[in-house]
Parts: sequence; C-alpha cells; structure tokens
Amino acid sequence: MSTPLEHDYIGLSETSSWERSSEKTPSSSSSTPSIEHKTTTDTRLNLKETELRLGLPGSHSPDRKLPLFGKDLECNDKSNGFAVSPLKNLVSGAKRGFSDAIDAPNGKWGFPMNGKSDVDLAKGPVLAISRAVLEGKNNLPAMKEVGAVSLSPKPIQDKKNHVPPANEHSNGPASKAQVVGWPPIRSFRKNTMASNSAKNSDDAVGCLYVKVSMDGAPYLRKVDLKTYKNYMELSSALEKMFSCFSIGQCRSGGLPVRDGFSESRLMDLLHGSEYVLTYEDKDDDWMLIGDVPWEMFIESCTRLRIMKGSEAVGLAPRAMEKCKNQK
Amino acid sequence: MQKRLAYSLPDEVLEHVFSFIQSDKDRNAVSAVCKSWYEIERWCRRKIFVGNCYAVSPGMVIRRFPEVRSVELKGKPHFADFNLVPDGWGGYVLPWIAEMAGAYPWLEAIRLKRMVVTDESLELIAKSFKNFKVLVLSSCEGFSTDGLAAIAASCKNLRELDLRESDVDDLSGHWLSNFPETYTSMVSLNISCLGSDEVSISALERLVSRCPNLRSLRLNRAVPLDKIANILRLAPQLIEFGTGAYSAELRSDVFSNLAGAFSNCKELKSLSGFWDVVPDYLPAIYSVCSRLTSLNLSYATIQSPDLLKLVSHCPSLQRLLVLDYIEDSGLEALASNCKDLQELRVFPSDPFGVEPNASLTEQGLVAVSLGCPKLQSVLYFCRRMSNAALVTIAKNRPNLTRFRLCIIEPRTADYLTLEPFDIGFGAIVEHCKDLRRLSLSGLLTDLVFEYIGTYAKKLEMLSVAFAGDSDLGLHYVLSGCKSLRKLEIRDCPFGDKALLANASKLETMRSLWMSSCSVSYGACKLLGQKMPKLNAEVIDERGPPGSRPESCPVEKLYIYRSVAGPRFDMPPFVWTMNEDSTLRLS
Repeated sequence: MSTPLEHDYIGLSETSSWERSSEKTPSSSSSTPSIEHKTTTDTRLNLKETELRLGLPGSHSPDRKLPLFGKDLECNDKSNGFAVSPLKNLVSGAKRGFSDAIDAPNGKWGFPMNGKSDVDLAKGPVLAISRAVLEGKNNLPAMKEVGAVSLSPKPIQDKKNHVPPANEHSNGPASKAQVVGWPPIRSFRKNTMASNSAKNSDDAVGCLYVKVSMDGAPYLRKVDLKTYKNYMELSSALEKMFSCFSIGQCRSGGLPVRDGFSESRLMDLLHGSEYVLTYEDKDDDWMLIGDVPWEMFIESCTRLRIMKGSEAVGLAPRAMEKCKNQK
Repeated sequence: MQKRLAYSLPDEVLEHVFSFIQSDKDRNAVSAVCKSWYEIERWCRRKIFVGNCYAVSPGMVIRRFPEVRSVELKGKPHFADFNLVPDGWGGYVLPWIAEMAGAYPWLEAIRLKRMVVTDESLELIAKSFKNFKVLVLSSCEGFSTDGLAAIAASCKNLRELDLRESDVDDLSGHWLSNFPETYTSMVSLNISCLGSDEVSISALERLVSRCPNLRSLRLNRAVPLDKIANILRLAPQLIEFGTGAYSAELRSDVFSNLAGAFSNCKELKSLSGFWDVVPDYLPAIYSVCSRLTSLNLSYATIQSPDLLKLVSHCPSLQRLLVLDYIEDSGLEALASNCKDLQELRVFPSDPFGVEPNASLTEQGLVAVSLGCPKLQSVLYFCRRMSNAALVTIAKNRPNLTRFRLCIIEPRTADYLTLEPFDIGFGAIVEHCKDLRRLSLSGLLTDLVFEYIGTYAKKLEMLSVAFAGDSDLGLHYVLSGCKSLRKLEIRDCPFGDKALLANASKLETMRSLWMSSCSVSYGACKLLGQKMPKLNAEVIDERGPPGSRPESCPVEKLYIYRSVAGPRFDMPPFVWTMNEDSTLRLS
C-alpha cells in the first residue's frame, strides 16, 4: 500500500498558486494511460497540481480567503441544508437532498478499501480528501491529520445498492419521500404517467401538480398536492408562496424586511374576510377548500384559486361559515 | 494591387456570397473579418438564435440586425423542466415581440423554448407580422387556446404551428375553427400537448382536408382511435404522424379500416402519440413499420413482448423513444434488428416506485451499444449499472455524442463492486472523444470530474446531481472542459472556492446553474461585483439573502453571461448580485 498522502487541502501554507491552464493534463506521460489502469502516482501528482487557491484570477493576494468551507457552516438558519439533523428535510420534497450527503449514515462512503487493485489505491488519496472535507467541516485544524488517515472499510450491509435515508420516513414499502425534480422527468410525462397509474392501481404514486392562482398576483404557481398530508400543510405552504404578493413589494428600497415574509399577516388575510382558498374539481365546479376529506380532495382537485372573499359569496354558504369558524 | 481586392468586391457580391453561409458560428466569424464585412453581414443576416433571452436585449439585436426574418429564443434554464425553477422566474417573450413588431414587420418565424408566452404575445404576433409562417413553442407556458385562436384567425400564410410539450390553458376546443376556410397552407401541426377536449375533431378534419401540403400532424390524446383512419385518409401524404389515445374496443372493422388507412400513407416515416395503447391494435401499423425511421412509444404502456414484436418490424429505425417496459430482451432485439439506430431514449414507467417495474438493466444498453454501430445519442433511465458495463459501452461506441444516464436512486453504487462510477464515466469521456452532452448519476467522487476535465474536451453541456466530494470536482470541470457552455449542478458539495477561482471561465459559457450546493451569499456577491459581464442571480424563496449571514449558502444560483446587464423583470425571490443593486439588499 502506498504511503497515504498528507494533503493540505485548504492550501493555507502553500505560497505557489496553481495554473489554471486547461492544456495541462494530469497525466504528464507521453501517452495518456487508459483510465482503468491509472496509477497511484498519477493521482498524487494530480492533487498537488490542482490544489485550489482562493481569489479570482489576477486577484491581488494569494492569501486572500473567503469564509472557508468548513468553518462557516454553523449557520443557525434552520432551512440551511447543513443542519445537523440530516433526514428531516426529505419528507416534503426537500430541496436539500445534499444535506444527507454530508451527514448521512456512513454506508454511503463505504468503499471496500482492501487494496485489491490499483484502481482502489488510486482512489485512496481522493477519498481521504473527501473525508477530510467532511470531517473538517466542524474542526478545521484537524484537516491536516485527517488527510493522512486512510478510510476504514465500512461494511456493506446488503448486496443491494445503498438504502436512502428517505426510507426511514416512508409510510410503507411502496411509497418513498421524493426529492424535488428527481428523477429528472418533465411534468408533462409525470402527469401523463400519474393518470396512467391511477387507472391501473389504487395508490397512484407520483406527483400531482396543480396550478394555483391568486387574484391580483402577476403569475401562477404550481404545487404538488402529493407533498402535503393535510389542509394545514397546504394552506401554510400557499401562505408562504403568496405572501409576497399580499404585502406588496418585498424588495423596494426602504421597506424593512421582517423575519421571512409576514406570514402572520397573510394568515389574517386568509382566515379573515379578504381571501378564501378555493379549488376547481373534476366537474369544473369551484368549491371551498376544507369541505371534503383530504384524500377525496386531492383526487378531485384540478386547480386552486385564492379568491377574494367578496367573490366567494356564490359558493356554498354553509361551507363559508365553517371556514370562518375554523381557527 | 492584390491588397485592395477585398475592397474592390461590390457589396452585392459579398452579400450573395454570404447568403450561402447559414450557420450562426460561420456568420459570426464572417462578421469579425473586418468592418466592412461586419456591416454587410449584419444587413443580410436573416436568422438569429439567442440561447439565453437575457444575454442580450431585443433593442441590441434589432440595432445590429435590421432585416431578420427568423428568431429563435430560449428562456428558462434547463432544470426548469424538472420544477427546480420557481414559477414567475422570468423568460417573458412579450418584450421581444413588442419590439420586433415594430422593427421586423416581415418576420416569418419565431421559435421559443422554455419561455412564458401570453395570449397578449400571441395576439401581437398575429396582428404584427403579415407574412408569418412558423411558430414553434417548445416547453412554453402562459398562454391559452384564445391566443391560438388569434394566430389561427390572422396568420394566412402559417406553415408550421408546433406546440411541443407546452403547457396550454384549455379554454375552448374551437380555436381550430378559427382557421378560415380559405386557409390552406399548413405543413406541420403539433398539438400533442393539449389536454382533453381541447380540439374539435370536425374542425380538425376540415383543416386537414384542405391543406394538401400537410406533412406533419401530431394529435393530442383526446383524439380517439376511431377517428384516426379518417384523418389519415384525408392526408395520405403525411411524413410524420402522432396518434391520440391508441385504444378502443377491439373490433375488426375498426381495425381493418385503420390498417388500410396506414398502408395508404406511403411516405410515413415517423410515428408518435400512442397513449393508452391496446396491443391488439398495434399490427395496424405494421405496413408502415419497414419505412419507419422514428418511433416514439414513450407513453405506450405496453409490455415487453408486444414492444419486441413491434420493434422487430422496424429495420430502418433511427430513433426510438420507449418506456422501460421494453426490457433488456426488447433492447437485445432492437440491437439485432435496427442497425441504423442513432438515438435511443428509455424512460421509466414507474420512476417513484422503490422496486423495479420492469426487467431493464444495464444489459439492455450494453446490447444496443454493441449491436448498433451508428448509435450517437442515449438517454437511459435504469435502476442498476456497473462500471464494467459503462466501460464496455464506451469501447463499443466511441462515436457517442450525447450520453445521459439516469440511475434512478441518487448515489447508487456499482451493483457488482459497490464502487462509485468514476471509472465507468471516465471511460465514456475517454473513449467518446466527440461527446458533446453528458449527464451523470449514481455514486460519484471528485475523481469522475477529474476524468471529465482531462478527457471531455468537446463537452458542451454537463448535468450533475448528487455527486462529488469537494470543490475539487467543480474545479476540474471548470478548468478542464474547454468547450463547456452549459453546466447545471444540483445537490453537490461544491462551494465558493472553485467557483471564484474559475470566475473568468464563466464568461466563456452560456450559463451555470447550481442549486442545493454550498455557494455562499458572499461569494455570489463577489462574483456579481467583480464580473460585470456576468449576471449572477440568486434564487431563494426563504427571503432576502441579506437577512442571513454572508456565509450561508444560497438555495439556487444562476449565472449567465450577458451584454444587457441585470434584468428588471425579476420576481421577489430572485436577487441580482450586480454592484448597483446590492444596495437594495442590505
């Protein structure tokens, strides 16, 4: 086994800057070795030569640093993908799939490091770097030492490919939490297939995008009804989405920005007399939200509309009453 | 005497010479030769392509090219197809139409992709361009059948109306009736994206019957099978045809009528549609199968044996789109029957299911790579893959130019060795020297990016998701891929360092998309301030990035080069990082 490379990833002590010339290839030998036979030496060279420096090209000081990768991830912002609890974001179509790359069970990084082939060895230093980055996230000075440690082999639990953490949150073997926009399939195809599977089976897994319009808003939004479990979740998501319209310009010069958007104000608007949540069902009738059980609702809803209270007068009065009495 | 030759050729002669030069790249090269060539060229350029509608303003285009007849614009970034770009982001075509209405009264063709098109825009097109001929709206949205009605009513010379994969608001099925009885010039009509009940069959039949030049007709799902035969008989000259729902109760008279109608179409080369297929009706198309070069069965939920049989009838096939129901066995049949195959796309029938829905593995793709010597373009969704298979594919098919592999579960490892796919994709970029487009998936470390940076010198577009370990990965790509124009990344641990260190590379590219990565707000601001020729936009639905620490990563970042400066039509959740606007953010 080759000597593990002690690599100063951040480049804090190096003074030479590397070249960004794209002509320079890592394999400096005359014939480019085929990838399957790449040797350890080549990889070691590569890392040295491609050591990153901060700063823009032609920028003044080689020591100029921006907040480093590891140090600054202790943001307290909950919705920051680097939150320590890795799994919670996956439930409702999270945009932070990446968070479980950092924090997920180590099974994902468990490559069999038993020195079987050159290929494995070649990967050694690179993997060590990646661990350094991961672990350095919380403890910067430790990076130098970590770089020298080879990965301990992680046992592979089963023959199958890795089990995504999402399964821990799933309701059953047939459904799983979905990542937004993955797999990369267009809405047209997804909607077509959703209607196919609805015909074929009872539980149509997939997604159900419906358009949401709000009176006075400049454009429509689309929401996936399958990402919500009940009316409360839908309603608060809509509030977040449309609150910027109701409070006018969010971003004009002098307007003080409060925490997130002024959700409380929109809640008032929605629960008061100004706006009501309505939906169009399969018979093209406009109904007030909340009348029917949630399951029935998502099966019959074809689009949503946040209507001005005054316009909702024509809708079922009993439902109106029920709506006002709800908290 | 020789030196002055360039000046001695009259403008008209040069213009005539230039008229043989059609490609944008060549035209751009011509215009850079000297000032007089620039002048002559700009007056005779008839077609323009703007790959990013915000890279330049309509006014700038019009000032430089006053005599344009055909405009092509693209709006939203590619990841908008997968709902990663929130609604309202932008890509409005109206400002372009409004300015072109005045400047290009003789405009003939508008082709748009991923743009927001309103009924108002369509109405403006209808009344502004007297010789309007071609309207292609690819993956567009924001308009309804009312807008289409306006086009139908006014565009007497319309040849092509193609709504491929657009999201159209269904208001009335009668817009087709707005084509006057005197209108006969349709050549290509694609309404396959329209929802149910949006088309009046009788209006459609009347239209088809009076357009003798109709060569391409793609219907929508709502057109029932028993109407197809009649439509085909009205247009036996069709080269491309898209059915509606391909299902009906099995009746021999309907079947034979349909089969007869198909066999009547001697020039039919391309078939699509095939929603809700009833397999018993498939043999109705057998008579055209031997001539078929393009077959889109990607909505056909039929099983492998039927697909296999169908594919075996199509030896001339060059392009096949199909669901994973085709399975490895079907792909093996494809490989042995269809030696002219150039493009293969296999879509997942049940992308969200945990268990595989069909027996489609890496074997199918390996078989096709071995059996189809002309295979250039691959889009393949599957649930398992191995490095060995990828290496084999790479060695079999060094002529691949587009390779998009989607292993459905993020970060899936090689099922044989449990290793990442660095070696496999490395082999692809090493052997396929003309590779222009690549999409990665599965478990991947920084190593794959090193290979890409080393070998993928012709790569123009790269899509990355759930891959890499560190900034090194991004750095390899940005510093190594000479021809890179579009880079889109999601959920990767790439941050500030690589981005800032390669900032000038971004000016050589059309655009960079990064979402759910680790790029900090501070870095975005720095980029925006230091690189005036780039528009750096932060998309963040959590609220102003200035309300969080500078080191906090942004949700989404979209950077593109532009000579138009920052745009003014951004919604509240998009912030520009350019200098003069950062004042607003504090």
